[in-house]
Amino acid sequence: MSEGKAKSGAATMDLPESSGPVVEFKDVSIGFDAKQVLKKISFSVDRGETLILLGPAGCGKSVLLKLANGLLSPDSGSIRIFGQEITTMREAELYKLRAHIGMVFQESALFDSLDVEENVAYRLYEEHVPEAEAHRRVVEALKFVELEHAITKFPSELSGGMRRRVSIARAIISNPDLILYDSPTGGLDPITSTTIIELVMKQRDVSHTTSLLVTHRLQDAFTMATHRFVPEKGMVALPTDGPNHGTDESTKFLMLNEGGVVFHGTTEELVHSNDPWIREYLS
Amino acid sequence: MALLSPEVYLKKQVLAVQEYSILCATAIADIFTRPHYWDDVWAQMDSIGVGSMPIIVLTGFFTGCVLALQSVTALQEFGAVSKTGSLVSLSMVKELGPVLTGLMVSGRNAAGMASELGSMKVTEQLDAMRALGTDPIRKLVAPRLIATVFMLFFLTIVADAFGIAGGALVAIYLEGLNGSSYLHNSYQGLVYGDVVQGLTKPLFSAFIIATVGCYFGMKTTGGTQGVGRATTQAVVVSSVFIIIVDLLVTRAMIGIFGS
Repeated sequence: MSEGKAKSGAATMDLPESSGPVVEFKDVSIGFDAKQVLKKISFSVDRGETLILLGPAGCGKSVLLKLANGLLSPDSGSIRIFGQEITTMREAELYKLRAHIGMVFQESALFDSLDVEENVAYRLYEEHVPEAEAHRRVVEALKFVELEHAITKFPSELSGGMRRRVSIARAIISNPDLILYDSPTGGLDPITSTTIIELVMKQRDVSHTTSLLVTHRLQDAFTMATHRFVPEKGMVALPTDGPNHGTDESTKFLMLNEGGVVFHGTTEELVHSNDPWIREYLS
Repeated sequence: MALLSPEVYLKKQVLAVQEYSILCATAIADIFTRPHYWDDVWAQMDSIGVGSMPIIVLTGFFTGCVLALQSVTALQEFGAVSKTGSLVSLSMVKELGPVLTGLMVSGRNAAGMASELGSMKVTEQLDAMRALGTDPIRKLVAPRLIATVFMLFFLTIVADAFGIAGGALVAIYLEGLNGSSYLHNSYQGLVYGDVVQGLTKPLFSAFIIATVGCYFGMKTTGGTQGVGRATTQAVVVSSVFIIIVDLLVTRAMIGIFGS
């Protein structure tokens, strides 16, 4: 793939003013090769909320994120993003809607033939943002993920953690209204995982962007719920004051198992749940 | 590998034909609507056209050489050695030039497209492209289709020219034929219908190479093993299609031009 730019721009969709949920799933089901992956899933995510998706491997967490971005179509049910039904939307309309959604993929999914700057600026190039403005915003996004020194490198020259950080920079460069993180710490060592989770927290607490985060690492999920990014100090801290032992009220959990929702609620509700499966999963 | 029931197998084949047809129709529609990715078109033209030039020159040249050698031996029996030029040029322009160029470019570029797009598919780069608001068919398939159709046409002319030149070299220096007579017969042997036939075939072959290569690439599943499988399928299917379509186009051209 070359770094070619389209001669006419990628359009964006004006979002209607809506006070309702940003993401709303109603009785969503999907299956592959006669195997039902998600069965009548229903949940919603309000504006500014972070929903952490937990569950064993293969329970459909990544599929759910792809459904939320319109990359997959459900077999049945309704999915509303920013109040708009996406299951009946044409692909051309979906491309416009996706201008408001950032996505971090499981294996980063950076374009091999493009360098870091071109990867991060990809969406800006498609929208015909002037080159100087695009460069300024790329540097800003890379500074956010502390990778401005790697701007000229190619994905093959980066470590796994650096690729995830570039992927986060690519997702946030257009200041999206919704961010979907698909296992951003998957396959990384604990120290790098912590760095990535701190970046996700920073984005949550600085921009208050609605987000869905898939993870199979419980410590990442609870770090998200219990810690905050303090802009004045420029670092992540553990708050001791506030209700519910200082846990973040805007961070909620959705647990999936065997294609169904087994839990949807706050951190406090999760840790005090008496459901035997949840207790076993958390232990 | 699990054995499929005839019903499941047939359903899969029908689905594949449907998906391939939709891909072709979408790619053609994308050529005539904006936005266009011209930088990608130039890059593909360089890769397919300039990149394939050495193998096309060598294939055309040595095919012409062999054709002249075989023709001289056969024509000697009828006392028609002077018709060698005519036989070589007709064979090259009407049949061997277009088909061999198609097959060589298929082996090189259908495989390249399937492996490149297949790798992008299994590493979620195609999904990332869609998530970033870009249509992968418009960005990846349409430029490859335009570039292949345009460049295969000229590659076929190059193969024809080098084939006739190779035939001339063998006829003159190995078989001792008169050079002027060879070239005169080569030129006189060709009529308008022959040239049209020879230059229509690469348009169909190019369409097959680009669409089949991209189809198998975009449908890749199963990691790196899947990429290898997609590459093999792309080359096999496009090569067989080229030969089948060659027969159909030849029959249609004979119907139109009468020879």
